[in-house]
Amino acid sequence: MSAPREPLFLARQNYRRRRLADAARLLPVLGGLLFLLPILGTSTGAITTAGGGLFVFSVWVALIVVAAFLARRLTAGDNAGPDGDSG
Amino acid sequence: MVGFNVLVVVCVLYVAILFGVAFAADKRARDGRSQWLRGPWVYTLSLSIYCTAWTFYGAVGYAARSGLEFVTIYLGPTLVMVGWWWILRKLVHIGRAQRITSVADLVSSRYGKSNLLGVIVTLLAVVGTTPYIALQLQSVTLSFAVFASEGQAGFELPDLNATALWVAGGLALFTILFGTRNLDANERHNGVVTAIAVEAVVKLVALLAVGIFVVWGVAGGPSEIAATIDASPIADWQMNGSRWASLTFLSAAAFLTLPRMFQVLVVENVDERQVATASWAFPLYLFLMSLFVLPIAVVGLDILPEGSNPDLFVLTVPLHFEQEGLAMLSFLGGFSSATSMVIVAAIALSTMVSNHIVMPIWLSVRHQGASMSGDVRHLVLISRRLSIGGVLLLGYLYFRFSGGGAALAAIGLISFAGVAQVLPALLSGIFWRGASRNGAAVGLVAGFAVWAYTLFLPSFGPAGVISPQVLADGPWGMGWLRPQALFGVEGMDPVVHAIFWSMVINTGLFFLFSLVSFPSPLERLQGAQFVNVFEHSGAARGWAQGGVQAEDLLVMAQRIMGGSEAQALFEAEAAAQGKDGYLPDTSPDFIERLERELAGSVGGATAHAMLGQIVGGTSVSVEDLMAVADETQQMLEYSSKLELQSEELTRTARQLGEANEKLTQLSIQKDAFLSQISHELRTPMTSIRAFSEILMEGGMAPADSRKYSNIIHDEAIRLTRLLDDLLDLSVLENGQVNLNPQADNLADVLDRAVAATTSVGAGTAIRIKRDPVREDVALFTDTDRLAQVFINLIANAAKYCDADRPKLLIAVSKRADRLRIDFIDNGSGIPTESQVMIFEKFSRLSDQAKAGGAGLGLAICREIMDKLGGKVTYLPGQGGAAFRVTLPLAPLVAGS
Amino acid sequence: MGKQVLVIEDEPNIVEAISFILARDGWSVGTHANGETATEAVLANVPDVLILDVMLPGRSGFDILQELRGDPATRTLPVLMLTARGQKKDRELADRLGVSRFMTKPFSNAEVLEAVRDLAGPTAS
Repeated sequence: MSAPREPLFLARQNYRRRRLADAARLLPVLGGLLFLLPILGTSTGAITTAGGGLFVFSVWVALIVVAAFLARRLTAGDNAGPDGDSG
Repeated sequence: MVGFNVLVVVCVLYVAILFGVAFAADKRARDGRSQWLRGPWVYTLSLSIYCTAWTFYGAVGYAARSGLEFVTIYLGPTLVMVGWWWILRKLVHIGRAQRITSVADLVSSRYGKSNLLGVIVTLLAVVGTTPYIALQLQSVTLSFAVFASEGQAGFELPDLNATALWVAGGLALFTILFGTRNLDANERHNGVVTAIAVEAVVKLVALLAVGIFVVWGVAGGPSEIAATIDASPIADWQMNGSRWASLTFLSAAAFLTLPRMFQVLVVENVDERQVATASWAFPLYLFLMSLFVLPIAVVGLDILPEGSNPDLFVLTVPLHFEQEGLAMLSFLGGFSSATSMVIVAAIALSTMVSNHIVMPIWLSVRHQGASMSGDVRHLVLISRRLSIGGVLLLGYLYFRFSGGGAALAAIGLISFAGVAQVLPALLSGIFWRGASRNGAAVGLVAGFAVWAYTLFLPSFGPAGVISPQVLADGPWGMGWLRPQALFGVEGMDPVVHAIFWSMVINTGLFFLFSLVSFPSPLERLQGAQFVNVFEHSGAARGWAQGGVQAEDLLVMAQRIMGGSEAQALFEAEAAAQGKDGYLPDTSPDFIERLERELAGSVGGATAHAMLGQIVGGTSVSVEDLMAVADETQQMLEYSSKLELQSEELTRTARQLGEANEKLTQLSIQKDAFLSQISHELRTPMTSIRAFSEILMEGGMAPADSRKYSNIIHDEAIRLTRLLDDLLDLSVLENGQVNLNPQADNLADVLDRAVAATTSVGAGTAIRIKRDPVREDVALFTDTDRLAQVFINLIANAAKYCDADRPKLLIAVSKRADRLRIDFIDNGSGIPTESQVMIFEKFSRLSDQAKAGGAGLGLAICREIMDKLGGKVTYLPGQGGAAFRVTLPLAPLVAGS
Repeated sequence: MGKQVLVIEDEPNIVEAISFILARDGWSVGTHANGETATEAVLANVPDVLILDVMLPGRSGFDILQELRGDPATRTLPVLMLTARGQKKDRELADRLGVSRFMTKPFSNAEVLEAVRDLAGPTAS
């Protein structure tokens, strides 16, 4: 931890972090679109509550998993405290 | 069967446990052992107050009526949390940087600390939250009623109103006890938050337990549940696309703007990393909360008799299967949901009402305001407590007079739509520098009005404010003003209609007025600080350099933050500037920091107004802003290292300057030392010589010669005392002093000191006020020397206190491992410029002969306290002259 | 004789000693302890000799002397100054301001008496 970092490495890490932040920004947009997807589907009247529910809950789980991954990666860099979120 | 009485006992027990948890957490936090309290998990769980009784009971009812649509209420917050990098991260950062106390405070601070906006948002929040609190009371009383009516065997139905009153009263008590312990809203309400985290677990476990029971115990597994869903009346997803989209949007908006959510999301946040964890953990919580909603709903529809209230399926399904324990757990889950929401909402609303309505009124009533005496802390705490009571009373009254009954979800959505009106002002405020106060005010008021007209007022029903005729034909027959078909747009769902028009009009007017108005300098400054919160933290300042006295600021800060906190802040700031004592330079940076600290207690607008009264309105001008901009530009050209160095240099220069000033003054004093000592020695000698010559001549009346001998005697003693003091001081200064540490009690030492001073000075009738309980401290130090210090300080007060009825307060307090004894009189005190010099030798502030000493007393005191490992300092801002003796509590090691 | 002497001094014991010595010698002695009002006291009733202390509460003896020398009524008033500091520069300052006689505490009674008589003598005759 205390060893001086090399500039090249730092830049690379910074770059990664930026892209991670981009992904974190994109995630809610993606989630929103997916959640709104059923609106398009209902015009055919083919969706049941059970099926729709399955779809919504699956998207939900996927969002949670991706968000957990991004959150861990995004906070890993500036984690100075002892606790952190290793869950 | 579970009797009503058992239920009451369980409730009381549960509440008692919550009290215990809150109390223990508060204690842990005070003892500084709150590590896990600051962890991300308690934070995540505290967010669960989003899931109120409405969602606990109402979601199942909602699902039983309209199928899958209930999830929209959870999808909005999920998107907000998952998108934390956009909004929440910034909100939390701003909240911490600006010490924001509530959503009203955020809006008010952003738009130039405008109290008008604070008042608007506060009113909106109160109107929007009151029905919601009523809703919680209703759900608790309904769940009580379920148990009572299930208990058939001749139970009389309990009086629902009385139940609601008891619940409201109990919640008010809890909130006041744990929510108004600290004044600083930025300090976490550790007790409350922890209790809420416990409640979050209870409600999640309860709902999961009922869900698991329903899926595996009743239906027989996931595939059977799917079949039951397909066979139920809600098998087909009758999706209303516009409702789906707008409810998702609405719940997302409300998640950010609800006062109670803002409280737990932003105000109670202690660490930005908490948000990162909550970004996925809270959606997971919501996911689990809604996972079994649909199964419970369809099973309830399937097995319970026609006409059962679906809002209570969570309770009635377990009861139907004689699962008493499960029903009880579920009841506690609902109870938890209701109570946690009400507690946090009451705290959030009381902060807003107190900071944005009560304090400004108080400030304007008392024009001299901030610099006057009187304890503001007390006032603020009282006003918060009264506000909590008032908010709960309002909720109770709404419950009483609305008569309850309506589907729970309806009130919930109405409330959401109301508070969502803050969203445009909030979001634009943190993303767009051009957002202006006028725009925000107009947008808020217009959105609020449209919401009230199209949704809130019609919700009272045909007998309410808006008659069926107006609803059908518009007011005065103007069809385009029909509350549920504005501008002739018909066929929209009433809720969607209200959300659409209120948001469109709100946002439209907000942008229009922002574009055409020109913001004030303070507003522009705040705008830049909010929008660019990540780029520059604290580069711009809100105060111009003014000639304000640090002591005046300290007096005010003490009254709001409390004595020791304010003194600690001032001392730390002075130390950072390289100065001794409690009075730092009143640089713009310092005033800015002080304002932020005060804002954490009384809100941004009030803190600004109070400081303005003292600093004299020398707030920013456009020129200052430009100067700041230039400065920032220049600063960027230097590396941060250089910046640090220059800061270091400034500090050293300041220290040098101060040392130099002190040296110059000391050399003047040194010069005066000789003539002083000459004067002090020669004056008594003159009398002695003159009278002894007179006596030598003889021939006096015996009475006269006795009188003159007396004078010679007194003056000889005076000379001796002076020489004693000089020797004492020189011994102390050379460190050749022998200390005699012994065990004693502080009260006894003070007793001796008071006795010694009152017996000597016959004419000095100073009244001394002491506190025997706090003085009961065991000491192990040279108590004779300590008493000497006390005698000196008391005698000084007796001599120099110029009040008509002189009083001296001796206050004892402990801080960490040090004992502090303050001697505070009610005279006119010591001018700031003299405060540094009074501890120097021969520095007597007045030439009054009646002082009788040579000005060595305080110098001796300082040397003694130095030897005892403590210190004696002048404590500014106490109203009169005040000296603080600080002494280590650890035993003194003999022999130095 | 009944000549008037005014003693401006704040130490009560010293005032008493001087008063005693002069009164015994037949002087009528007035006293005043406050520096701020001293000039007014002198001008209200100009004495034959003034004894003035240097360190007075409120105002220094030098200031008082300077003001008295500026006033025609007291320009030639004999002033005996007493000081307990006895530094050279004090004496010089007093001389510059036009003091008649300068004396350092502690003084001998005879010295004071002689000085006062001296100062009063020329103006009386």
